[in-house]
Amino acid sequence: MRCAWTFLLVISAEAALAAQPPPTFPAQQRPPGDPAVIARGSSLYAIQCRSCHGMDLRGGDMGGPNLLRSPIVLNDQAGEAIAPVVINGRNPPGGKPMPPLPLPREDIDAISEYIHSVVASAQPQGAPPAGAKVELNLLVGNSTKGKRYFEARCTSCHSATGDLAGIGARLANIEQLQNSWVSGRRFGTPAATSPRPAVVTVKFEDGSDVSGTLQRLDDFTVSLVTPEGQYRNFTRRGANPRIADVDINDPMSGHRSLFAKLTDDDMHDVTAYLAGLK
Amino acid sequence: MIRRTRSTIVGLLAPALLAAQQAPLVPPAALLQPLTVDWPTYSGDYTGQRYSRLTQINRDTVRHLTLAWAARVNTAQRALTVVGGEGKGDFPIPPPAVKGSILEVGGVIYVTSPDHTWAMDAVDGRELWHYFWKTKGSTHIASRGSAIWNNSLLFETPDNYLVSVDVRTGKENWHVEIADFDQQYFSTMAPVVIGDQVLVGTGNDLDAPGFLQSYDPRTGALQWKTYMVPMNPGDPGLETWPSLDAARHGGGQVWMPGSYDPETGLYITGTGNPTPGYTGIARKGDNLFTCSLVAIDVKTGKMAWYYQTSPHDTHDWDSAQTPVLFDGTIDGKPRKLVSTAARNGYFFTLDRVTGEHIVTSKFGKTTNWAKGLRKNGAPEPNPAKEATIPGSLVSPFEGGVTNWQAPAFNPELGLFYVHESNGFNILYLTDPDPRGSMGLGGKRFYVTGFESNAIQGIDYRTGKPSWRHEWPTGAGFGSGILTTATGLLFTGDGSGNFVAMDAASGELLWHTRIGNISNAPQTYEVNGRQYLTVGVGDMLYSFVLY
Repeated sequence: MRCAWTFLLVISAEAALAAQPPPTFPAQQRPPGDPAVIARGSSLYAIQCRSCHGMDLRGGDMGGPNLLRSPIVLNDQAGEAIAPVVINGRNPPGGKPMPPLPLPREDIDAISEYIHSVVASAQPQGAPPAGAKVELNLLVGNSTKGKRYFEARCTSCHSATGDLAGIGARLANIEQLQNSWVSGRRFGTPAATSPRPAVVTVKFEDGSDVSGTLQRLDDFTVSLVTPEGQYRNFTRRGANPRIADVDINDPMSGHRSLFAKLTDDDMHDVTAYLAGLK
Repeated sequence: MIRRTRSTIVGLLAPALLAAQQAPLVPPAALLQPLTVDWPTYSGDYTGQRYSRLTQINRDTVRHLTLAWAARVNTAQRALTVVGGEGKGDFPIPPPAVKGSILEVGGVIYVTSPDHTWAMDAVDGRELWHYFWKTKGSTHIASRGSAIWNNSLLFETPDNYLVSVDVRTGKENWHVEIADFDQQYFSTMAPVVIGDQVLVGTGNDLDAPGFLQSYDPRTGALQWKTYMVPMNPGDPGLETWPSLDAARHGGGQVWMPGSYDPETGLYITGTGNPTPGYTGIARKGDNLFTCSLVAIDVKTGKMAWYYQTSPHDTHDWDSAQTPVLFDGTIDGKPRKLVSTAARNGYFFTLDRVTGEHIVTSKFGKTTNWAKGLRKNGAPEPNPAKEATIPGSLVSPFEGGVTNWQAPAFNPELGLFYVHESNGFNILYLTDPDPRGSMGLGGKRFYVTGFESNAIQGIDYRTGKPSWRHEWPTGAGFGSGILTTATGLLFTGDGSGNFVAMDAASGELLWHTRIGNISNAPQTYEVNGRQYLTVGVGDMLYSFVLY
């Protein structure tokens, strides 16, 4: 569950993740254990526990449960809750029985310390520790089909030999490339960078008009900066002279209307095509 | 005391009491009244309608609304601050924000933000008392408000305590732990008082089971605890999980206040998403009773019926939204109904006595994650729109078409009001492990933008909008909604304006630019004058007619 309450918060999520969050829960608040004890616990875990509970503690093929979200582990302070389970085994309802493992308490405490050190490295919002980097292939599209799509839908604004020349080399990260081209945010700039500004023409009932770069638009006001650099704002109702019309030429409108039409296959195809523009 | 006699709540019962000093501010029976003078519970009354019967502010007078007062909540510890809590007081809590209901009774408002509760004069915004809770840590995302039982004000803390304070002084009566902090529960819900019970829910991001609990508001003793996922062999719903272990880590948190039907004794609430949130591979099946409307017998805690609004959710789209109860007409027959607009972009009307499905409609214009509807009206998820390695373009975005922001219902017009946010994100699976990830892990998303944002008045009989107003720009939701017997609707437009609309047509009637509304507008009457109060982050603004 998460209750984002503004668009801005969501957009800035990447920035927020970069900041170090305060240690929110006991698993992150506990003081780090003795590295030597953790190292010994790690070796013992590999011998005694790994086959059932997995190398990463997230459960294994032999049916041992995920320890990183186990209430017993999360409530344990220094082995006192984990030890009885190891020594006596466990027969959880609906689960696979765990056999007793008569280890010395000292060993169990070391294993516990190791488990706690892994739990403490979990990521925010319940996500597991980062673990080893997994290489995933995002480049699954058909670039020939992608070229066809691009030429049919994108070339009124973009060109493979113009603004997008070499884009596959400039944005070698496929995920970034795809995010950038679908959203229309400037290639190679951070996600939070504003889209290209819209141009607005405010037309008045007396026949005059004012154009400029759109600053803000709601049901009540429209504001712009003229080509001369002057900021102007207008009240959309009840002002004198009265506004007859507000024309917006938004270069991003093509992208906005694209979202609802774009299939995942088309998206992957265009990504494959753009990735090939080295 | 003069002020209190203005209140219907005290006015109803005060004559029967000998000592005015001991008069309960909000006896439980008072909470059965429809929303009028005071705002004594999360939604104003038990229906969840947020439909005010006050009439001073109406179509003719709304353009004369003017600011009575503005006040910033003050988190500093001062002489008047009552301090409680089990922590050391050194946890860096985020800046305060009013992201829930305020309560108003007898000319005093009660305002909450995580770790803080204030009593303030409803007429001028002056602070009367301040309670500060020293937290042990936890996720400080919001406080959705408080509840009043007689002379006790009850609220939850982020580190999972239910706190009871004296409503007149802020002095603590007791506090009790309602969920295990070690398992990383965190608590945001506004408690709901029903008779001599107080219902509380909690949140969690680490695959712990969700539950609703009832406590004795006098002592803090637990009365019952009902899990929203199967916890034992043979429990109903277990067949919708691959294993008991998966079910016991399956989420379904109850983190928003529900609504209550005194006729049937049923408390109807939404439940949160299944967990792990984005990697459904480890929890194949519908995952009952997550993302559902559930009706709980308030005396026993037993589930009377359920309706799953999002089977096997894989997008963190809770169905926790406060449902709305009302009486209506379906096919010419009078019916007792409940409606909800879910975060997943679908609107539902059910029979609130039996849970029988009546209407489903898609209210999110670009919502694209379902293949269609099942025979029972529930959307059938399209597996291709789960997180995938090369990315899937999904609408709504992670926040949903709507979220916790309160909807409203106008019984005279038969319209259900809700904001509609048509965002898109590309959802990448980053952890293809067949065991699934944990919590909200295993994915990455990128918000590509918004196709549109709007507000709708939905006809509960068809699920179709009677009117829909698209905001020219703006970030979509953020604000809840209030409607009135005078045919008005108040909300925020997502562009910093607090607006009044015609509830029948959506026509804009009034606005003031005070910043983005962070809760739902509320209204009450003090000393014969109607106040309209909203939160904007750490600011409160109260409007009146002079």
